[in-house]
Amino acid sequence: MTSQSQSATPLGAELVQEGTERAAPREPAATGPARSGRKAPLSEGKKAERRLGWLLCAPAALVMVAVTAYPILYSIWLSLQRFDLKFPDQREFVGLDNYVTVLTNGFWWTAFGVTMLITVVTVAVELVLGMGLAIIMHRTLVGRGIVRTAALIPYGIVTVVAAFSWRYAWTPGTGYLANLFSEGAPLTERASSLAIIMLAEIWKTTPFMALLLMAGLALVPEDLLKAASMDGATTWQRFTKVMLPVMKPAILVALLFRTLDAFRVFDNIYVLTAGGNETSSVSMLAYNNLMRGLNLGIGSTMSVLIFLTVAVIAFVFVKLFGTAAPGSADEERR
Amino acid sequence: MASLDTPAGAKWRWGLLDVVVVVFALVPVLWIMSLSFKTPATLTDGKFVPREWTLENYRTIFATDQFVRALVNSIGIALIATAVAVVLGTMAAYAISRLDFPGKKLLVGVSLLIAMFPQVSLVSPLFEIERQLGLFDTWPGLILPYITFALPLAIYTLSAFFKQIPWDLEKAAKMDGATQGQAFRRVIAPLAAPGVFTTAILVFIFCWNDFLFAISLTSTERSRTVPVALSFFTGESQFEDPTGAISAAAVVITVPIILFVLFFQRRIVSGLTSGAVKG
Repeated sequence: MTSQSQSATPLGAELVQEGTERAAPREPAATGPARSGRKAPLSEGKKAERRLGWLLCAPAALVMVAVTAYPILYSIWLSLQRFDLKFPDQREFVGLDNYVTVLTNGFWWTAFGVTMLITVVTVAVELVLGMGLAIIMHRTLVGRGIVRTAALIPYGIVTVVAAFSWRYAWTPGTGYLANLFSEGAPLTERASSLAIIMLAEIWKTTPFMALLLMAGLALVPEDLLKAASMDGATTWQRFTKVMLPVMKPAILVALLFRTLDAFRVFDNIYVLTAGGNETSSVSMLAYNNLMRGLNLGIGSTMSVLIFLTVAVIAFVFVKLFGTAAPGSADEERR
Repeated sequence: MASLDTPAGAKWRWGLLDVVVVVFALVPVLWIMSLSFKTPATLTDGKFVPREWTLENYRTIFATDQFVRALVNSIGIALIATAVAVVLGTMAAYAISRLDFPGKKLLVGVSLLIAMFPQVSLVSPLFEIERQLGLFDTWPGLILPYITFALPLAIYTLSAFFKQIPWDLEKAAKMDGATQGQAFRRVIAPLAAPGVFTTAILVFIFCWNDFLFAISLTSTERSRTVPVALSFFTGESQFEDPTGAISAAAVVITVPIILFVLFFQRRIVSGLTSGAVKG
């Protein structure tokens, strides 16, 4: 592909390069000169390259499709049935009944609201904090290695472990934070529970956001900043007028990945509140229906609905972002 | 921006910010370490620094089969999944970055889709299928989903790395008389190694971290991994108060990750960023 996009290179030079390329995976047939005619019928070398490409990708593609394709279809199929493992005899095809059941259910919409709230708040806060963290990691004059290591640790830590750390910190009797704001137990009230869940999420994933943003920061040309400040731009102006526009693709990718991830929040809630006091996320609710309730029909319906929501979010982001979206960024790179 | 400030003042300001970041990142970690060293009597005093230190909690967790089994499961499953995912990912990434063939875009698109897929939607059918195939509560039953969800990450990161490798060097080596094998071993492999290595670390962290699949697709200590075992300490453990034991276990499984990050932070940074965003 590299050579395809470099169509400006002299043909001869390209030929040599192509030869080496294919020689690497030990395909002697590939060195033939027939390669030059790009639109011409497939040459031996081209065919060999295709075969090798497919051969190398096949195992990865097979595993991914084998593990995900059938479950996805099966999930959709299950969502159209009444199927409760506790009452296996009553299994029958019910069309869209499960969807009606879920979408008219108060618990679903509560969980949906909670998930949306967590997603919007955490992603917004993480964007701001992550930007600050990225700038610090990128520009700090002292102890860069220490800062980068420390900042990455939350991302590397097992989520469940981090969640336990927060749970104990906020539990009256064990925690150093429990009596910070009030005398009660913060994890037994809805508002404070949600706040703690969001705090735990933010602590854990801000480094991820910061990493992606740092990649964007690295692309900001130093000269441009210098020139801007020569022209009398303030720090804030340099940030909004010079850095942000250059960083836009990185920001958008970071936002997309984090939003999709945040919408699937599960571990933190599971450990912190187990979904009590109406703090369930949609993932939590689907999990409870599937694994605790063993109601595969309803659980699968929720799964499909989550997938559709995530797909819509991804679609909206990709539309909004245009060329900055991951897929096209990827094309650009080629 | 700092370059425009006075050097001394700027240094202090950056130093202060550094401290804020380090505190923000490390306090919860230090807290759980502190809990793990507390004696049962002082466990509930709510103090950040233990008044009495003990190793009892560590002795307790290593004395029970539950935790040790889970640790073995976690290490085994994560290592196997990482190895397979990196090998398959390397092959695919090589093809994607170096060869031209139809279906390439489709593969990239599908792997992106899988990376974005809500994993909870796959849990129920996987649970069903694995029960029927007899994979439920076995090592392969966890390894397969891990490979699947690690592959997109591996493919993206690795193909970004492979694109940066100056492949001309291989040609040069061969002109100097090296055989194909030598050129690959002496020139290309060392260049690609950091990328492969970084990917392996990221994939390992992903497998090590997973909770959703592990809790849904296991039911006994035959294949239960540490994150899940941790969450079960509370319910069915024989300890009176599992807080200390859970904290100790948490520290034990956190240490390898911290060491990883410490040693490879530079590589992880460049690996992650070049994988996720156009570099």
